[in-house]
Amino acid sequence: MTEPNDDRLKKFIKQTLPPAEVELRRDLWPQMLRRLDEHPASVPWFDWALLAGLILSLCLMPGVIPVLLYHL
Amino acid sequence: MELLEQHSKLLEQFAQGDLAAFEALFRQFQAEVYRWIVRIVRDAGTAEDLTIETFWRIHRAHASFDPKRSFEAWARRIATNVALDYLKTRRPQNVPLADLPAPHSLNPGVHRDIRERTERAFRQLPAKLQIAATLALLEEQPYQQIADALGISVGAVKLRVFRALRLLRKELQSQGIEP
Repeated sequence: MTEPNDDRLKKFIKQTLPPAEVELRRDLWPQMLRRLDEHPASVPWFDWALLAGLILSLCLMPGVIPVLLYHL
Repeated sequence: MELLEQHSKLLEQFAQGDLAAFEALFRQFQAEVYRWIVRIVRDAGTAEDLTIETFWRIHRAHASFDPKRSFEAWARRIATNVALDYLKTRRPQNVPLADLPAPHSLNPGVHRDIRERTERAFRQLPAKLQIAATLALLEEQPYQQIADALGISVGAVKLRVFRALRLLRKELQSQGIEP
């Protein structure tokens, strides 16, 4: 898949655009913390659906409550 | 051995949503994630923002992380996706040229104008080709590592680099540069 022309082009690119050698200049944790505060992790929708299903089941079949409590 | 156990315990705590474990992993891997991203986007300020975005996604996806797997490889994969999203939405003509300091290895014979035009040609590549070409040709990263980060095979990486070279040659020739 490599032709002699490709090798020449690769060499040209390497000479023209050197690799990025930049180290991180500061600790990003304070910035990360701000981001976490702005967007607190939300509860996934399926967790809410599961909770709603459980409450509905308990309302429809209250007899299950003691059994559930026993197993908890 | 004890260090390994500590690390795997940290990963388990992170997967359970422990913020202290997330902070420890952030501090341990932020520089590495940043280095990976800056290699792709070649802009220090953007790379910092994208590092935060990467860890934000990591934080949100903690429950899907398997503590038996490598956190580093997982983070690199997410970082690559974040960088890819950035490259896709960015318009090449609006982006300033790299603010990276020119290293000593820069060939003094290469005229600034040629460097800028070559960089612009690079940025006009489709994002997927640009990432593969940047990591393989400019940064000389191992093909296997690039393949893992992009979630594709080594053969597919080589194909992307090949296609990138074709497009680059065409673009450079249209600008009167004959490498």
